[in-house]
Parts: sequence; structure tokens; C-alpha cells
Amino acid sequence: MKPVNKTYLIFRHEFLNTVKRTGFIILTLALPVLGFLGIGVYQLVTSIIEPPVAEEVTIGYVDDSGEFDRYTRQGYITLLRFDTPDEATQALVKGDIEEYIIVPSDYSSTGVISRYTLEKQVETPPSIYSAIKKFITYNLLAEKVPLDIVNLVESPLALVTTRLTETGAVAPEQGGYGNVIIPGIFSFLLAFSIIFSSNYMLSGLVEEKEDRLIEVLLSSVSARQLLTGKILALGAAGLIQVAIWLASLPLLLSLVSSTLGGFFSTIQLPGNFIVLGIVYFVLGYLLFVVIAAGVGAISTNTREGSQLITIFTLPIFIPLWFSSLLFIFPDSPIWVFLAIFPITAPVEVMLRLGVTDVPTWQLAASIFTMVVSIVGVLLITIRVFRTYLLMYGKRPGLGKVLSMALKG
Amino acid sequence: MKSKVMLKAEEVHSLEISEVTKSFNHTRVVDGISFDVEPGEIFGLIGPNGAGKTTTIRMIMDIIRPDAGRIKVFGESLSERTKDSIGYLPEERGLYKKLSVLQSLLYIASLKGVGSQQAQSRASELLERVGMLAHKNKKNEELSRGMSQIVQFLTAIIHEPRLIILDEPFANLDPINTELIKEIIFEQRGQEKSIILSTHRMNEIEELCDRVFMINKGRGVLYGELSEIKSRYRRNSVFLEYEGELGELKGIASRRDHRGSTELILDKTTTPRAVLEELMRRGLKINRYEVSTPPLNDIFLQVVGEASE
Repeated sequence: MKPVNKTYLIFRHEFLNTVKRTGFIILTLALPVLGFLGIGVYQLVTSIIEPPVAEEVTIGYVDDSGEFDRYTRQGYITLLRFDTPDEATQALVKGDIEEYIIVPSDYSSTGVISRYTLEKQVETPPSIYSAIKKFITYNLLAEKVPLDIVNLVESPLALVTTRLTETGAVAPEQGGYGNVIIPGIFSFLLAFSIIFSSNYMLSGLVEEKEDRLIEVLLSSVSARQLLTGKILALGAAGLIQVAIWLASLPLLLSLVSSTLGGFFSTIQLPGNFIVLGIVYFVLGYLLFVVIAAGVGAISTNTREGSQLITIFTLPIFIPLWFSSLLFIFPDSPIWVFLAIFPITAPVEVMLRLGVTDVPTWQLAASIFTMVVSIVGVLLITIRVFRTYLLMYGKRPGLGKVLSMALKG
Repeated sequence: MKSKVMLKAEEVHSLEISEVTKSFNHTRVVDGISFDVEPGEIFGLIGPNGAGKTTTIRMIMDIIRPDAGRIKVFGESLSERTKDSIGYLPEERGLYKKLSVLQSLLYIASLKGVGSQQAQSRASELLERVGMLAHKNKKNEELSRGMSQIVQFLTAIIHEPRLIILDEPFANLDPINTELIKEIIFEQRGQEKSIILSTHRMNEIEELCDRVFMINKGRGVLYGELSEIKSRYRRNSVFLEYEGELGELKGIASRRDHRGSTELILDKTTTPRAVLEELMRRGLKINRYEVSTPPLNDIFLQVVGEASE
């Protein structure tokens, strides 16, 4: 009889079963389809709806300082003078004006202006704030400095940053939000792919356990062949999923770029991103799928398995939850810890690559801890797998699993 | 040289278990058991619940490893190759719900090293044999419990194994399907294959098995040919159905009346033959005269009872 590679047979069976799952197909296609759909809807809506015409707004003002009587037209906002606060209040109540302000006589020394409105607001709407500020600034400065200087003061600061290398040349990787987009999206997809792969591993094993198939399988193949075949099959399926997502990204981004303007043309990929992306995908995937296999071996049903695996998969999202803090404080020791801690490492490193330079020692430490964790968890899982996979209806406690794994 | 090889092949046991021991959590589940299974026999592996039968079978299948002792299948230590020469129907068994009957058979056959074409023709042949060819494309979840169990049985023999281990093969089967599976088991024995049958139903063991090994609390307590074991546990009594007056007989310790028959318990001074001759001499009309052998069930209960005393 021709020798057959049983690991390959398990791989083929598991791979085909996974990629044929409705859930897998929907999830794989959901991202590109939803992306195209979103852009399409945006384009449709913007083409059929005319931009709203700004309504004329009248703001009253009472000038006790006697310095503000020009530049009363700011865009669609008109400032209308009243002699007393009572007159302004009456106009407000009657609806002749939307709101009013009082510039006190000591404004030049206090800088405080009082505003009165009928609306309940968290803060002054930006358009109103901007109109009042311009009205005040132009009246104060127009006759003292040239008008183009006043315009400059009023405009936001245009700060163009250029990053240089240690030799003083312009660095190829310039940073900024354009640099974060791809790592950000990739880390998000990576987290999802890892979670779905580990759930497939878990549900597959628990189903085989619930359907009493495990003993039939283990009478034909070894626990190592079964585990290896499953891990490789789910890895291949996960890789295909991420590849489809990544392949659809350039098309989506170019569509978004043409729709939303020039920002997306600034998108850059960090230099070592592709290599590290593959390394962390493989390591992250292996770690979680091996954990899922161990959890599947000791779980008695799907619900129990899902609850147990969540303890491990939930922390994957920690780097994403705190990503806004990462942008503000990129060099905090917390991020170094998250990049080295194996469960958060894949997503954290991907995010940090977009935000800042990750020192080589941190990458090395991170990869080292992940490899050690994978080997450790794998050894425990293989021991747990043989024993607990055939135990139906009773789940061992954590202490028992660990003591058995250590004793062998 | 050729004749030497053939001679050696004839001597090889299908299964050889020597002094095998296994403990879980400091509890000895299997304690130094030894037995052999020969080609062309149906071998009963019996014992009460928790006696160590399933652990023994899992060790034969190399699913778990013994702590001590030796297991050989067709003269070889356990390996991937020996797994392929064994067919196994576990007590806890199932099928992939979403796969069809044919797909299930082909997948298991492929894992046992059978080529695709060979597996196809063997699957069709077996499905035809059990009258399920028309259901080959049905999903397993659509099958009745009995049909599903027949498919599970077929997965155990699709790769034409030389050693077949069946753990409670008749549970949940109706009488017709039970007979069908029995027929196939006898066919397999006829092809010089070895069948290990593990069941709680002693009548099935009596009907099917040539030899038995009984395990209790991890230890072997009975081993040998079924007829020899029954003779060893004989009660020295005879069953008699007659017409007329029996009267007093020499050498009879006591008598028990059953429905339609009488059991005569003999003392040590007489034999069944001497009693029959005396009855014939008296001219009694005898419709049945049978030297009693205890049912296996009684032996089972006696042995388990003795062990727990």
C-alpha cells in the first residue's frame, strides 16, 4: 500500500471544511464588499444631494467699549449692534436674532465677552466662535497693522514637518497619519483573523468531541498528526482570508482617495512592515490556535469552550483600545510591555511600527517571548490533548491540567 | 527460506498483550494483563463497567500508552502501520454530521491509507451489502440512529483490517440489523481475520465468541476457550423432562423443579451417565436429558461477585 501523509489528509479535510463554511465565506467577503458598498453609497449620496446652503444668521452685540463697529459681516453671519442689553434680549426673545454678545467696557484688559442664547449647548458652535473671533480681531487690529498680517494671524498655523536621518538627509519614512493607516488596518485585521481562526479550531475540536469522532480519528492518526493538520489548515485558511482583505485594500484606498481627496495619497508603508507583518501574523496565529486546541481538548461543549477562549482572545484588542494614547505618548513603557507580552505583541507591534520606530531589541525580545510561549503552550497542549480529548462530560481544573502538563 | 517465512507468519498472533499496566492519577486501571488473539477467531473482551476494557482497547489502538508491558499487533510493536491494520468501532462513536455517508467512508478509508479508487469501490460494495447504497449521498445527520450505526461499523472495516475491534457493536440496533452485523462478523472471521468483541451482553458473547478474556478491576480473571470455561464452572447437575413417577434416586443431593423440567443436583458419588442409566433401567419416559452448563452470565456474576467479596 502506498504510504500516505496523514497530516496532509487532515490538512486537506480541515482546510476544505473551513473555507466552505458559510461564516468563513461571509467574513472573508464582508470587508471588501462592505468597503465598496460604503464608498458607493457615499458617492451616490453626494451626487444626488446638493450641498446645504448655509442659512443667514444674525448675532446681536452690545458694545460698551465703543471699539467694534466694522467687519460686521463674517461669511453668512451678520453682527447687529444694539445699544443696551435689554434691547438685545427683546430682539432675541422675538426671534429677530439668534443670540447676542456683550463686549464690556474693560474688554481690552479682561478679554472676557458675555454670550446669551436660547439654545442648550455643550459649547459655542465653531462657526459662531470663529465669526465672533474674527469680528473682534479685525476691529482691534485693522487700523494698527496691515490687513495681510491680520489674515495671517487669523489663519491656522501651517506646520510642515520633515524628518531627517542621522546623517541629515531627508528620511524615506516621514511618519504622520499617512504612515499609520496600513499598520492600523492590518493590526485590526490581524486581531480579527486570529480570533476567528482560534474559534474555528476550538469549535472544530469541540464538535468532533461532541459528535464522538475524536476516538475514531485518533485510532487512525496520532494526536500530533491531528493537531498539526488542523493548525496548518486553519493557518492556510486564515492566510487566504487576510490576503483577500489586503488585496482589496489598494483598490479600496484608491477609490476612497479619489472620493475623499488627497489625504490617502500620503499613505506610506513602514520600511520593515511587510516582513514583520508576516512574522507576527504567523507567530500570533500559531500562539492562539495552539491555545485554542488546548482549550478545545479540555472543554466539554462549545459554550464552555467559547467562554474559556475569550480569556485569551480579549486582550488582543487592548492595543487597539488604547491606540489614541499610543499616538500621543508613543514612547511610554506601557507600549514596550504590550509589545513584549506575547498575547498583545502581534497587534501592538504592528500599531507601533506605524507610529514610531520600534527599537530592534524590543522586536527581538517580542519575537523571543512569542516563540518561547508557542513552544511552551504547544508542549502543554500535546500532553493535555491526548488525555482530555477522550474525556467526555468532565472538565479538569486549571491546577490539574498544569500539574499533569508538568509531570507528563 | 520461503517456507520459513510462511511458518513464522502462521505462528504470529494477531494481537499479543503481555503484562500491560496503566495507571491514571495513581489508580491502577489496568494491572498486568496478558492475552493473545489468534487469526480467524472471535475473541470476547468482557468485564463490568470501569473494569479497564476501554483503556485496554485504547492502548491497543495506541491512543494512550501503557506504563509497562508490551503490546504487539501481528508481531510488530505499535506504529502508524499497525494502526492501519486495525479496524476500530469505539463505544463512544460518531460521524461528521455535515458529511455524506460516502464522504465519511472515503475520509476514514483515506486516513487508513486506502487509495481513492479502491476506497470508492470498497465503499460501494459495503453499502450494497448492507442495503444502503441508495443512501450514499445522504448527510449523516439525516440518517436514523440504526443506519448511522451501520455506517460507523462500515468505517471500521472499509480498509479491510486484519484485526477488528468492536466495542458494543449491537447497542441500539434492531434485531434485523443485529443479524446483519453478526453475518458480516462471521464473514470476516471466515476470511481469517481476528475480531475482538467487547460487550456487556453475555448471550452475544456465547453466540459469537470462540475465546474470552474477562477483566475485573484492571486484572484478568478469566481467560480461555468459552467451552472450557463453561465446563470449569459446571454445577454438576442435569436437566430432566420426563413422564411418569421419578421416585428416589441414589447419588442425588437435591432436586429443583423448574417450569416443565426438573434439575437434579448430583453428589460426588455418582455421574450424569450413571443417573441416566438408572432412569432408563426404571423404564421412565425421558423427553430431555441435559448435562447442565452454567450460562456465561452466571459465570460473569459469580466471578465479579467473588472478586468484590
